[in-house]
Amino acid sequence: MLYIVTRLLQALVVMLGVALVGFLTFQYVGDPVLAMVGQETSIEDRELLRERLGLNDPIIVQFGRFVGRAVVGDFGLSYSNHRPVMELIAERAPATLELVIASGILALALAIPLGVYTGIKRFGAASQVILALSVIGVSIPSFLLGVLLILVFSVWFTVLPSFGRGETLSLFGADWSLFTPNGLAYVIMPAFVLCMFQMGVILRLIRAEMLEVLNTDYIRFAWARGLKPSSIYFKHALRNTLVPVITAVGLQLSSLFAFSIITERVFQWPGMGQLLLQAIENTDVPMLAAYLVIVGLFFVLTNLVIDLIYFAVDPRIRSAGR
Amino acid sequence: MIAALERIRSDFWYSFLKSPITVVSAIVVIVLVTGCMFAEIFAPHTPFDPATLDIMSNQLPPAWEKGGDPSYLLGTDIQGRDVFSAILYGGRISIIVGLGAVALSVLIGVTAGLVAGYYGGVADAVLMRIAEIQFSFPPILLALLFNGVLKTILAPQAFEHAAVPILILAIAFAGWVQYARVVRASTLVEREKEYIQAGQTLGFSSLYIVRKHVLPNILGPVLVISMLQIAVAIVTEATLSFLGLGTPLTEPSLGALIQAGGEFLFSGIWWVVVFPGVTLLVLVVAFNLLADWFRDYLNPRLR
Repeated sequence: MLYIVTRLLQALVVMLGVALVGFLTFQYVGDPVLAMVGQETSIEDRELLRERLGLNDPIIVQFGRFVGRAVVGDFGLSYSNHRPVMELIAERAPATLELVIASGILALALAIPLGVYTGIKRFGAASQVILALSVIGVSIPSFLLGVLLILVFSVWFTVLPSFGRGETLSLFGADWSLFTPNGLAYVIMPAFVLCMFQMGVILRLIRAEMLEVLNTDYIRFAWARGLKPSSIYFKHALRNTLVPVITAVGLQLSSLFAFSIITERVFQWPGMGQLLLQAIENTDVPMLAAYLVIVGLFFVLTNLVIDLIYFAVDPRIRSAGR
Repeated sequence: MIAALERIRSDFWYSFLKSPITVVSAIVVIVLVTGCMFAEIFAPHTPFDPATLDIMSNQLPPAWEKGGDPSYLLGTDIQGRDVFSAILYGGRISIIVGLGAVALSVLIGVTAGLVAGYYGGVADAVLMRIAEIQFSFPPILLALLFNGVLKTILAPQAFEHAAVPILILAIAFAGWVQYARVVRASTLVEREKEYIQAGQTLGFSSLYIVRKHVLPNILGPVLVISMLQIAVAIVTEATLSFLGLGTPLTEPSLGALIQAGGEFLFSGIWWVVVFPGVTLLVLVVAFNLLADWFRDYLNPRLR
């Protein structure tokens, strides 16, 4: 119990820290009054506005107000297009989410069969090629992979669109492009680029686990029973490799959101990452502060959930917490 | 003593020469680093001096393609800048930022780790909490936000002028935690050993003990991590520059070159993207392979 309480308190402290960074950015970059008024506003009016906005209050009061507003999702208006920041972020979130989901599915769809294959045919030539390619896949900067893919598939062969998001379909109150053929054509390259770095890791993990599992007694017994190879490999062996794989995928989920910023820029994908880069380019401080706080919240929450799951699963942590 | 040193040295060369991939990577790293560091000598043109540019020779393909010019080996870009020379000058920035960021993060991380591990107490609690928090964010995101916030705070000229130091700071800021954790863990082990206690009994100051006795004994893992981190730092720099948060276009690193070239992909001048890209990839893979070998060399269990 103590463990859970300390963990929750720690998460809260981190969030306050992130909020402080967001607030300080907000506080010291530019003058909000100047950003709001025109040139012909008199000095008295500016002072009035300053007083009304609470900019003359002690800094602690202002920080408290910032946190209070942030809790209900109010980060003010974007400097560059004068709409509520949260509204803009909510608009872009489905696109990023979709990209992350698509790349996760793609990574598993590629890594599981390849991992199983390289685990079975340990010394085969094809396995060596796959492993060598996975090393390059992990080493290559994702933006470079994206640019090269555009060069090959959009410029030289003109088979895939190089930027933007395709046709979308409205579902559950948001627009998704995964469900239209045109949308899929747009999503395939960014999703592949984004899946590359985690695919290599998952592939190696499955391969290593397969090598271990295939040497166990129950697999030998399965062979002795005369079961079909496909049944042995996929039903008996693969299933037992999946627990560490799920852990690895879960741990990397948050990195996917970070890497999606890069992928979104390469393919001009209209997601949250693009919003952040535009905010930096336009010195859109409210947007930047909101992004800092929301990304911080996202990471703190994922880590909290992972830790709590470990707590529930691993008895050692539970006894140490007492 | 000298015999022991001799033996370690010959062991080093033996292990090095036994692995052909490592030898090739070392040669690649030496050639690329030398070529970039002495870009003034090896580059046939001065690509970022507008006075020497010839607008007539813009968008030339590589020398071996139809229409290529032998004095522009890898072709020219839209402004007539020699791609080969631009790669050498750009690679220099990438290498300086990569090495500088690693050096700075080693300095911060090792100091923090030593203080936390040797002195313990409040310093340990505070430093390790910070490290723990930072560890839950991907380094590339931290570096990106660090640069992003600085870019909004500073005036555009100031940001461009200080691009290289800012990049080094951002990447070091994102990377120091790894060293701090490793150093703290090994310092905790070393601290309990008898030779340290002997030193304390003899009345040496803590600073002296840490510097003379603890530090040399924990450097192995630090070296391995910093070798691995060079490639990471170079990729991070390239990524930030690609996103427009790094070097200015008047003084582009490899990442900025790829970004600038990417804008002209559809006009068919592929060489302005492919050659800087391949250079970056070769540099990163070579550093990685070298670091992998070094890690295995220092870890006798794997040999």
